[in-house]
Amino acid sequence: MTTTAERSASSAAAPPPRRRSRLRLRNTLLGWSFILPNFIGFVLLTLIPVVTVFYMSLTNWNIFGSSQFLGLDNFIKLAGDKSFHTAFLNTLYFAVMHIPLTIVVSLGLAMLLNSKLRGVAFFRTAAFFPYITSIVAIALVWNLLFSPQYGPVNQVLGFLGIQSPPGWLTSSDWAMPAVVVVETWRRMGYYMVLFLAGLQTVPRELHEAARTDGANVVQRFFNVTLPALRPTMFFVTVMLTIESLKVLDLIIVLTDGGPGQSTTVIAQFIWTKGFEENQFGYASAASVVLFALCLVVTIIQFAWNKRRED
Amino acid sequence: MSETKALITPPGADKVLARKRPAAPARSARQRVGRVLLYVMLIAAAIAMLIPFFWMVMSSLKDANSVFSVPIRWLPDVFVWQNYVEIWQESGLLTWIKNTLILSVGVTLLQVTTGSFAAYGFSRIRFPGRDALFLLYIATIAVPWQSYMIPQFIMLSNAGLANTLWSILLLQAFGAFGVFLMKQFYETVPEELSEAARLDGLSEYGIWARIMLPLSVPAIASLSLLTFVNTWNDFLGPLIYLRDPSLWTMQLGLNNFVSSLYDVNFGVLFAGLVISVVPIAIVFLLGQRYFVEGIATSGLKG
Repeated sequence: MTTTAERSASSAAAPPPRRRSRLRLRNTLLGWSFILPNFIGFVLLTLIPVVTVFYMSLTNWNIFGSSQFLGLDNFIKLAGDKSFHTAFLNTLYFAVMHIPLTIVVSLGLAMLLNSKLRGVAFFRTAAFFPYITSIVAIALVWNLLFSPQYGPVNQVLGFLGIQSPPGWLTSSDWAMPAVVVVETWRRMGYYMVLFLAGLQTVPRELHEAARTDGANVVQRFFNVTLPALRPTMFFVTVMLTIESLKVLDLIIVLTDGGPGQSTTVIAQFIWTKGFEENQFGYASAASVVLFALCLVVTIIQFAWNKRRED
Repeated sequence: MSETKALITPPGADKVLARKRPAAPARSARQRVGRVLLYVMLIAAAIAMLIPFFWMVMSSLKDANSVFSVPIRWLPDVFVWQNYVEIWQESGLLTWIKNTLILSVGVTLLQVTTGSFAAYGFSRIRFPGRDALFLLYIATIAVPWQSYMIPQFIMLSNAGLANTLWSILLLQAFGAFGVFLMKQFYETVPEELSEAARLDGLSEYGIWARIMLPLSVPAIASLSLLTFVNTWNDFLGPLIYLRDPSLWTMQLGLNNFVSSLYDVNFGVLFAGLVISVVPIAIVFLLGQRYFVEGIATSGLKG
């Protein structure tokens, strides 16, 4: 997979040094000319904001753009801010419920739909459908499905004999589980596709060998399928974690953080402080915490994965 | 298409795919029970997946009072098609659709052209710092947008772009994702092809335009569909940047429509929701294969 340019640049003996460096320059210009149109947008709209947020977190930047350097004051204030603690814990609570649930549901679906049954294509499409549906439609439909008295969800629960079904989005204990249900339902199709792709790499021979050895379905799942899915599982977990830590749009439309603060997450704390209260500096400090949280968790996951590989 | 397929499929793959399954032995009773059980599970799952949509569509055809009823009535007593007329007349639906289309098409075009162009540079031309630069791109995929939305908003506001469609167009168009997806694909195209083209005197730009682009139609389709759907459904971006009702997108318009209603006619509201979902459902059903491929390739080598 080496280009001519690459090859001549790397085969040290052939061209004289001056021609080599000219070639290098030519390639550098050529490479940058391809990358530049995207890179300019990338630098202006992603890279600079990412770097700026760190500086802003050390100031009391406000709507007028005037700012004073505060050092770590914002972070100290965050550490003592009760509503930030709530948002932080809610985010973890959400992640702890959402990650395993999504893995189980989407892997389960993928296993079911990996079979050669008639109509499998229809079911795959159905599972994927929520993922391409807009958040506003999803939030409104589920909001009404979950209504405590007239909502279909509780009517079905009542029909099944559950006497006092939860108030879901109106109850501070049940709002977060309800949000998790909706988010899992929304995302399962996406992760199902990843698992399906992973399942396709599991050699059929392994399964057949295990079957001849008398392994039952459960044993085959744990001893053949699951080990073969490790790379997919790792990728899915990392993606799901980042996804969970930054959850925001669904919550804004579904509960707006309520009732009380029961579904307020870090991203929403940033949103409120920044766009509603114009405390850009303080919101940036919370952004840095969110960023750091994602970074730390991802690094731990990578390290863990590497250790298991070795 | 078939050409590309032949190129990206590793040799021998055909044989694997076409491998004859061992002659099916007569199905035992146990196997049959297992199959029935599987179908029962699948149907239960499908109901869980689709029932909210079914309820949404049915509710869009009910009159205001019968959306909620005890016990639930799944089908409307009378089909109120009038709901669709009303949402069309009472809201800025046409404006919203227009804005959403401008953004979705614009973002997709920019994402695909600049993304595939950059991907060529990253996958086919070797220069110092290239790999570090690519790593930087990848790393930002893992940085949550929510953590830099504030400086981004301030910058775009200072540039006078807040409250214009340009803001959303720009902030969605240059993501790292397109570069990443296209690069994944380019790496499966054999180098010999570009080699031959180079010997024939084609420049690198020519190779990109006349060899890589035509070959990568499936990848472009994947990227286009994913980008289009994401932009169509984006909610937070427009919520921050588009204040003026004449700039509202479908999502924003509907959300505002809901919160501005004192006396919500849910039938009419559901009609609006259905209208917001249908175009994307059609796009999805037409390009389903590419969706799945795009997600699978962007995920596998993650």
